[in-house]
Amino acid sequence: MTTPTTDRHADGATPAPDGDVLLSVEGLVKHFPIKGGFLRRGRTAVQAVDGVDFSVRRGETFSIVGESGCGKSTTARLVTRLLEPTGGTVRFDGQDITHLSEGRMRPLRRDIQMIFQDPYSSLNPRHTVGKIVGAPFRLQGVEPEGGRKQAVQDLLELVGLSPEHYNRYPHEFSGGQRQRIGIARTLALKPRLIVADEPVSALDVSIQAQVVNLLEDLQEELGLTYVMIAHDLSVVRHVSDRVAVMYLGKIVEVADRDDLYDRPHHPYTVAMLSAVPVPDTGRRQNRERIRLQGDVPSPINPPPACRFHTRCWKAQEVCRTEEPPLVPLGGPSHLVACHFPENVTPATPVSTPTPTA
Amino acid sequence: MGESGSGKSVSSMAVMGLHTSRSARISGSIRLDGQELVGAKQDDVRRLRGQKMAMIFQDPLSAMHPFYTVGNQIIEAYRIHNQVSKKAARAHAIDMLDRVGIPEPRSRIDAYPHQFSGGMRQRAMIAMALSCDPSLLIADEPTTALDVTVQAQILDLIRDLQQEFDSAVVIITHDLGVVAELADDIVVMYAGRGIEQGSAEAIFNAPEHPYTWGLLGSMPRFDRPPTERLLPIKGTPPSLIRVPSGCAFNPRCEFSDRVRGDACTTERPELLPAGSGTGAHVGHGAACHLPTAERQQVWAQEISPRLA
Repeated sequence: MTTPTTDRHADGATPAPDGDVLLSVEGLVKHFPIKGGFLRRGRTAVQAVDGVDFSVRRGETFSIVGESGCGKSTTARLVTRLLEPTGGTVRFDGQDITHLSEGRMRPLRRDIQMIFQDPYSSLNPRHTVGKIVGAPFRLQGVEPEGGRKQAVQDLLELVGLSPEHYNRYPHEFSGGQRQRIGIARTLALKPRLIVADEPVSALDVSIQAQVVNLLEDLQEELGLTYVMIAHDLSVVRHVSDRVAVMYLGKIVEVADRDDLYDRPHHPYTVAMLSAVPVPDTGRRQNRERIRLQGDVPSPINPPPACRFHTRCWKAQEVCRTEEPPLVPLGGPSHLVACHFPENVTPATPVSTPTPTA
Repeated sequence: MGESGSGKSVSSMAVMGLHTSRSARISGSIRLDGQELVGAKQDDVRRLRGQKMAMIFQDPLSAMHPFYTVGNQIIEAYRIHNQVSKKAARAHAIDMLDRVGIPEPRSRIDAYPHQFSGGMRQRAMIAMALSCDPSLLIADEPTTALDVTVQAQILDLIRDLQQEFDSAVVIITHDLGVVAELADDIVVMYAGRGIEQGSAEAIFNAPEHPYTWGLLGSMPRFDRPPTERLLPIKGTPPSLIRVPSGCAFNPRCEFSDRVRGDACTTERPELLPAGSGTGAHVGHGAACHLPTAERQQVWAQEISPRLA
């Protein structure tokens, strides 16, 4: 990996008011080798995550957005150590957990939990709700005060289900209720960090709003820290404190929510934001939309240097030869990896070469 | 527009005649260009399907046959309805692929569906649907499986082609953003029935049904400053096996207590055009027991300020 190391952890160095970092990720890499044909064995790899740095502060909601195949779900699974990183480090509360063994990782699983996208495949259909939500107690050998059944029923109540649902099976519930069951299970061991991989994208609009509100209430009540993986930019804007945009295995921009949505710097972020359909019929005619050409390139053989140059309308020669580092721009907490960033006032010092054409 | 299980897709499949008579009973009336489709002979409907009406499905990977090339599938559809040589049909297919924006259509025509990306597959399916120049195009969640930048491309494409081919488009979606981008007129469905219909302006700017209000409040607005909380509809959509009596929305409705008597639970409100027939309100109606004037007042005084 040739990731530049200077200036990359500016958000870690930022004197934030609640400055302490719960999770920090440096140079995270995950390659999935492609095994096919006996001569090519292991030669190529899907470069799903290729050098990702970010840090998550206690009590905040940090979102990772991007299109399918950009590596956001892989990042979630690396952070929760459901996958073994190929390179880089993952630190949780100061402790390096990158290559902890399964046994050493187990006590930490209480602190790091995950919410999955699909409430249909993430609940065992042959277990009762009580057994599903009580599973974390069983696996960790925890005996909560007042007994497990009582604890499970309290959890069900916390997420807005009825304690009488204890003996029912997942198929008796709707999608939104199932997602609540999954959330109850996630909360069982009082985790500190919750990684939510598309927690609402499988739900209907009216139910989605219920679950979003529930997640926000729980965060306030229990002091949770969220890493949210999502592709719906409207939902992300509603829930997040900070947002990272990923493209083909790399973070191209990280910023506070309002900074990112009001003044996006990376052309990809600009294009993505302009593509969101707005529920306002009056806007239809006078909206300026940036149409990106083509599709996301394959992560097996990503474009060299800046990975976005094949679809970028501002691409110059330097974009094809030199990889732009992720550096602060217009403020210490707004990082962007681009040679020719958008929405930059001329007065702002830009550490990248000026456009020549 | 409606949530899952509200009957959007079932309605459109009935139009296309895709329900089997063994598992579904269809009553009522569907007229395409004056021709009655309910109870029409299978063969007659088959002749119309593809020719006069065509459909784009949500998942292009499962809607296309993996065993045949994209070109063959377009050519097949075209030759069924048109007496032309294979060569002419192939030229037409290349032309269609070119028009939906597939690069190098001459070589791409011999590719298989799995060799296309999701956006390209959706384009190819649109090419197939439009190959016979249908007057009605039904698009069932055409962009749900796609990423946001590709979604924007496909929506633009559908709008451009609609103008070029001068066809009517029925778009089925749960995404209010997509609806606002494309639609001129909207029917909001709930529990298998239309509960509000009107022009896009009316539905988004002066909706009259409590369910539509709920939908607008559930959705984080991208075009407005971020709000503290979303305003969801309580409860869950009903099972269609046991639809609530009276108004199907009554168990979730915030306003049913304002209706005098127990009309909400005993009597099903009909979808009638609302009284105020001026300007954007022509043909705007909602199936609700609340009097129209009261609904408009509730929207203006209680709901609208909450959403802003």
